Amino acid sequence: MTALLEVRGLRVVFDGFAAIDGLDFTVEEGELRFLIGPNGAGKTTLIDVVTGLTKPVAGSVRFGGQELVGKREHRIVRLGVGRTFQTATVFEELTVVENLDLADSFRLPLRSLLRRRRGVSDAVASALEAADLTALADKPAGVLSHGQRQWLEIGMLLVQRPKLLLLDEPVAGMSRAERERTGELLHRIASTHTVVVVEHDMEFLRKYARKVTVLHQGHVLREGSVAEVQEDPRVREVYLGRAKGKAVT
Amino acid sequence: MTLGRISLVVCVVLLALAPLTLSPFRLGLLAKYLCFAIVAVGIALAWGQGGMLTLGQGVFFGLGGYAMAMYLKLKEAGSAGLPDFMVWSGVEELPALWKPFGNPVFALAAVVLIPGVVAFLLGLLVFRQRVRGAYFAILSQALAAAFVILLIGQQGLTGGTNGMTNFSQFFGLDLTDPNGQRAVYAITALVLGATFLVAKLLVRSRFGRLLVAVRDGEDRVRFLGYDPAVVKTITFTISAVMAGLAGALFVPVVGIISPALLGIVPSLELLVGVAVGGRFVLAGAIAGAIAVNYAKTLFSEDFAEGWLYLQGGLFVLVLVFAPKGLAGVVESARDRLASRRQTGPAPVEVTA
Repeated sequence: MTALLEVRGLRVVFDGFAAIDGLDFTVEEGELRFLIGPNGAGKTTLIDVVTGLTKPVAGSVRFGGQELVGKREHRIVRLGVGRTFQTATVFEELTVVENLDLADSFRLPLRSLLRRRRGVSDAVASALEAADLTALADKPAGVLSHGQRQWLEIGMLLVQRPKLLLLDEPVAGMSRAERERTGELLHRIASTHTVVVVEHDMEFLRKYARKVTVLHQGHVLREGSVAEVQEDPRVREVYLGRAKGKAVT
Repeated sequence: MTLGRISLVVCVVLLALAPLTLSPFRLGLLAKYLCFAIVAVGIALAWGQGGMLTLGQGVFFGLGGYAMAMYLKLKEAGSAGLPDFMVWSGVEELPALWKPFGNPVFALAAVVLIPGVVAFLLGLLVFRQRVRGAYFAILSQALAAAFVILLIGQQGLTGGTNGMTNFSQFFGLDLTDPNGQRAVYAITALVLGATFLVAKLLVRSRFGRLLVAVRDGEDRVRFLGYDPAVVKTITFTISAVMAGLAGALFVPVVGIISPALLGIVPSLELLVGVAVGGRFVLAGAIAGAIAVNYAKTLFSEDFAEGWLYLQGGLFVLVLVFAPKGLAGVVESARDRLASRRQTGPAPVEVTA
């Protein structure tokens, strides 16, 4: 196993407030890593920095040996880093299959982009199936439910065949049944991809997490298995002290 | 889609019959509307499909128009002479900028390339800096204002406020003769057809889908691995080339090109037609441009003062009550008809 993502000495400042301060974070190839922490711990900010949305004031982000800091968003995607957003954003006017096809076509040269889509590629077809959207393939994405949008977004990520997937709260706002489906989908993805998941949902975490990193006030508080993390008194304090009722039990 | 096909055939037949039935004067007016319709296709691409509210298409229209006018003027003046307006302005030698425009191939290339290159460079600069929305609209409008000032200031080069006029020849066609005018009309109609076809193919291609995606979620598109600035720049360039072609045809059709045709107000008028017809549908934009300009002629003949108010009122009404324009009204009527036919007497099935 080699390190796919290496974050070193990261510091991000918003209006004088250090959202991330001296963060070190490593993800090995083939891992399924969960990222947890109370609100404002810097989880989403970390993903934003890795994907080029937010510029750090100090530190480095190396992906497969390449420095990502300073690269533009679409270049980072082309290197093989894909992400989803907390509120799933799909293109509502395009059909489900067009959304997936667009995600699939990003490596095509401009000349081929100028042609019309003929049929459905294998990658798109299997993503449709994985996201359970085959029946809705030709419907505009605007009609999808919240859960279906999340799956479509994950499907769009899959057809891009990224080396690293960053999922930002994939089950937030989902019903129990939807969460279960997402968990299964996640399990399948994790068997062939390196995945980092930001998640608040403890039940979901216990069920699917292997290795967990706890962030607190912009740095890593604890890293370990679910059981290890849950037994750590500092983790308990952070959760119990800051947000009552969100205990890690 | 059959309704679309039928209306397309009807339109083509009508345009083909026009030279046989209309007087040369009316045919000339129709040709002028068709020029604006060519610009409208470009605006529908940039604004309707790409979300770029371009209020300065007059600039590209003008660049194409002046390039064509310069060639025609030089042709008219012969090998030794100077264009008439230069003589009046006291210019004694042909300016260096004008010299290459004596060559028809260069002039025709310039009609397409100058608007294209200007739009490309501008787009690259502006879209890479992520200037968009109202800021882009204001910027494009300021560009139109600056362009007019530039043209007026360079009296000896451009003919100043008066622009250029008195064209009698167009690539061997006699513009004073009805047959020559019919030929120019035919060329304009064919260019409109070609423009429409290119735009249609573009909209249906993957690039067209990508363009809509950029319009609706530019930031999201970045995370699919595309650079939205490139997509927007290409589209903006295509729309500018279309405006340039229209400007070049406008010169032989109407017989004049001047700053008054290119400033802020004419640029906005181009937009009104597209908004009224429906910016999301290419055919709607074309129909809107023709209809609004026809209405302008109609009203200006009787009460010229009233037209501006009417046009303003029309624009506001469309934006408030039919933001998708006439094409949107037609579409929703068709959908309603189709759903009524489908459900028929059977109870409507309720789906969550």
